[in-house]
Amino acid sequence: MTIGSLPPRYRISIDPVRCMECERCIENCSYGVFRRDGERILINSRNCTACHRCIACCPRDAISLEEQPCDYRSHPLWTREAREAIYNQARTGKIILAGMGNALDYPIIFDRLVLDACQVTSPSIDPLREPIELQTHIGKKPAKLDLRRRENGDVELLTPIAPNLRVETPIMIGHMSYGAISLNAQVAMARAAKEAGTFMGTGEGGLHSAIYPYQDRMIVQVASGRFGVNIDYLERGAAIEIKIGQGAKPGIGGHLPGEKVCEEVSRTRMIPQGSDAISPAPHHDIYSIEDLAQLVRALKEATEWKKPVFVKIAAVHNASAIAAGIARSPADAVVIDGFRGGTGAAPRVFRDHVGIPIEAAVASVDAKLRDQGIRNEISVIASGGIRGSADVAKAIALGADAVYIGTAALVAMGCRVCGNCYRGLCPWGIATQRPDLVERLNPDVASEQVANLIHAWTLELAELLGAAGINSIESLRGNRDRLRGYMLDESLMQVLDVRQVGA
Amino acid sequence: MDGSGIRQALSMMNERGSGEGAGYVAYGVYPDYRDCYALHVFFDNIRENKIIVDAALEQWGTIEHDEAIPTYDQPNLRSVHTPWRYFFKPDPSLAPASTSPEDDIVSALVMRVNTARRGALIFSSGKNVGVFKAGGWPEDVADFYRIEDYEGYTWLAHNRYPTNTPGWWGGAHPFNLLGWSVVHNGEITSYGTNRRYIESLGYICTMYTDTEVVAYLIDLLVRRHGLDLDLAVRALAPPFWEEIDRMPEAKQEWNRALRLTYAPAMMNGPFAIVAADADTMVGFTDRSKLRPMVVGECAAASTSLAKRRRSAPWNRKSNRSPCRLQENR
Repeated sequence: MTIGSLPPRYRISIDPVRCMECERCIENCSYGVFRRDGERILINSRNCTACHRCIACCPRDAISLEEQPCDYRSHPLWTREAREAIYNQARTGKIILAGMGNALDYPIIFDRLVLDACQVTSPSIDPLREPIELQTHIGKKPAKLDLRRRENGDVELLTPIAPNLRVETPIMIGHMSYGAISLNAQVAMARAAKEAGTFMGTGEGGLHSAIYPYQDRMIVQVASGRFGVNIDYLERGAAIEIKIGQGAKPGIGGHLPGEKVCEEVSRTRMIPQGSDAISPAPHHDIYSIEDLAQLVRALKEATEWKKPVFVKIAAVHNASAIAAGIARSPADAVVIDGFRGGTGAAPRVFRDHVGIPIEAAVASVDAKLRDQGIRNEISVIASGGIRGSADVAKAIALGADAVYIGTAALVAMGCRVCGNCYRGLCPWGIATQRPDLVERLNPDVASEQVANLIHAWTLELAELLGAAGINSIESLRGNRDRLRGYMLDESLMQVLDVRQVGA
Repeated sequence: MDGSGIRQALSMMNERGSGEGAGYVAYGVYPDYRDCYALHVFFDNIRENKIIVDAALEQWGTIEHDEAIPTYDQPNLRSVHTPWRYFFKPDPSLAPASTSPEDDIVSALVMRVNTARRGALIFSSGKNVGVFKAGGWPEDVADFYRIEDYEGYTWLAHNRYPTNTPGWWGGAHPFNLLGWSVVHNGEITSYGTNRRYIESLGYICTMYTDTEVVAYLIDLLVRRHGLDLDLAVRALAPPFWEEIDRMPEAKQEWNRALRLTYAPAMMNGPFAIVAADADTMVGFTDRSKLRPMVVGECAAASTSLAKRRRSAPWNRKSNRSPCRLQENR
């Protein structure tokens, strides 16, 4: 024995007094933690992912879960994760896969920014009495308007206005593909997007016919694998997004394992059943900013300039210069995906170590576009680690037009952020294609929950705006005077262009 | 009309002031130099700071005349600056790429001198117009400049209750850039957005107070983007989306375009603003009417009316008849 078994990450126990042996835990655990052995329910805690499915469905609250019941000798450098990664790689010689977002303990900038409210010198506004406008328009805007007044006093608009997406709230749902998530999950979110007056991304998974009823709320994605892309797909979407990169794994492509490519996924992605869907790291027709501009134009030509085209990049060190380049193309919006962005599967080394936080990325992109006098001409969508309405407000105050949420929408459908999405066994029916598991997610209920979440955040945003004496979201955009940094270092505050609390 | 009437009118508002800032602007006060830009400057120290402004102006044009603005000591007003005025003609050949070279040169000079913070602040820069302001009660400021000695056809006046920069002369209203002058009551909660927008287009905010952006926004929209005044005001305080949705289609289209294009120019928070240039005076409030505006009109001796305006904007072309407008801070 060289390495031997590692201490279990979780320990599950069942209180025998409470347990009534209904076996719901056995049925529900797709990871095989529980099994019946004669009179007893046996537990294999090593299979546990802390997905909480068993705890959620136990009618007697008999199950308890302990994290890291047996730890290593503590050491500040040689953490549990560091040691286990080595054991793992010593055994396999492979890249470690991981799911969800960045799991390292970086400081969260959002939590060190505080919002403002009015006292005396300007009154706060009560959203129940006064209108607070959250409507946001995503798309290209002209630098100036040419308006002529006719003889009769009527105003004539001479500047052509590019089509914009009208979003009722600055909260949109980001791209999660059918394949990475189940059809029920995607249908639920699409329905919620329609209900909430917002939009949702298809991811690079094509558009299943079950989503057609919501297609005017879908942003169809063109990524490096071009899966599911044809003219029908482009025409169905409300907007098109070229995905260059993803915050969870900047600089690399994607990989949907063949096991997840069932018949329906294969049809929607237009690839053979059971084959791995591999998206290359770069688009093989984009090797420069000029190539990107050409693709943007080609997609616009294909759809007769009727649809906004977004470009999504991962938040990398020079995201601001890249965004400025994108702003010079006919692209309508740039999506910046921060290093906390989620993923179905990413090499752990990328998920945890590559890219920069969304707060800094949005601030520098906004500043760069302003320096060049073109900020209002293109929309900026921030994504990657948006956990609540306060994060939305702070992202907008730092310079975003709107945000994409991803993980938060999944959590609204039951996801417990266990991070095992890449295994395809999601017991909540979200990140799986196994029919018996998918069936567990009821799209009617799940869509209501996602819509509730967006609605609740929207209400909170209206309250936050009202308290700040602002009655329209555009007056918060880039309004960093309404933010203060708390325990942030000076150089970071310079990047964010915020003052410290008390200043 | 001379300034005595406006002095008297403003003194009625002392209850709402704090004696830390007041000011007046008058159009038509420099008929002898009507073709020159009248630059009013606060010098911290006349010996030390004036050479810098002299040099900057001489580099870009001709100083036709310059002199100290006559002032008269007041017991309750501590003179912290020396007010000076230049009558300046920029050389248009120095800004060949511009369609309005003279305005552009003067506007750039104002930004450059004020940003340098070398003890000189240009606070008035239009033709045949002058701002007279200081830290103090309105009557003291009026007497300090003896505004009754000036004849103007349009006057704006302002009594300030400062919270942010009490006593700072540059923070007193009116704010002026080229032809436009602005007085404002309220707090612009969108200041951060507005400032970043305007600064990305070549303006620089140097006065430590929110009203400054209004003068620059009006200059941008009216002079540089060529919007007529009603449309400019509409961009600054636009209708709610709900109202736009109810408009006839063509109207909806340009109103929507106006909001989209000028979203970062839109002003939020409670405000009542009166702005003027050589031909026009316009008043408008924030969209929710969180600050009231009272308009008194006195077109002829026999008729008069005063009413509380519920809708922004209020606008009248100056016909050079006596017109007095009070603003409540």
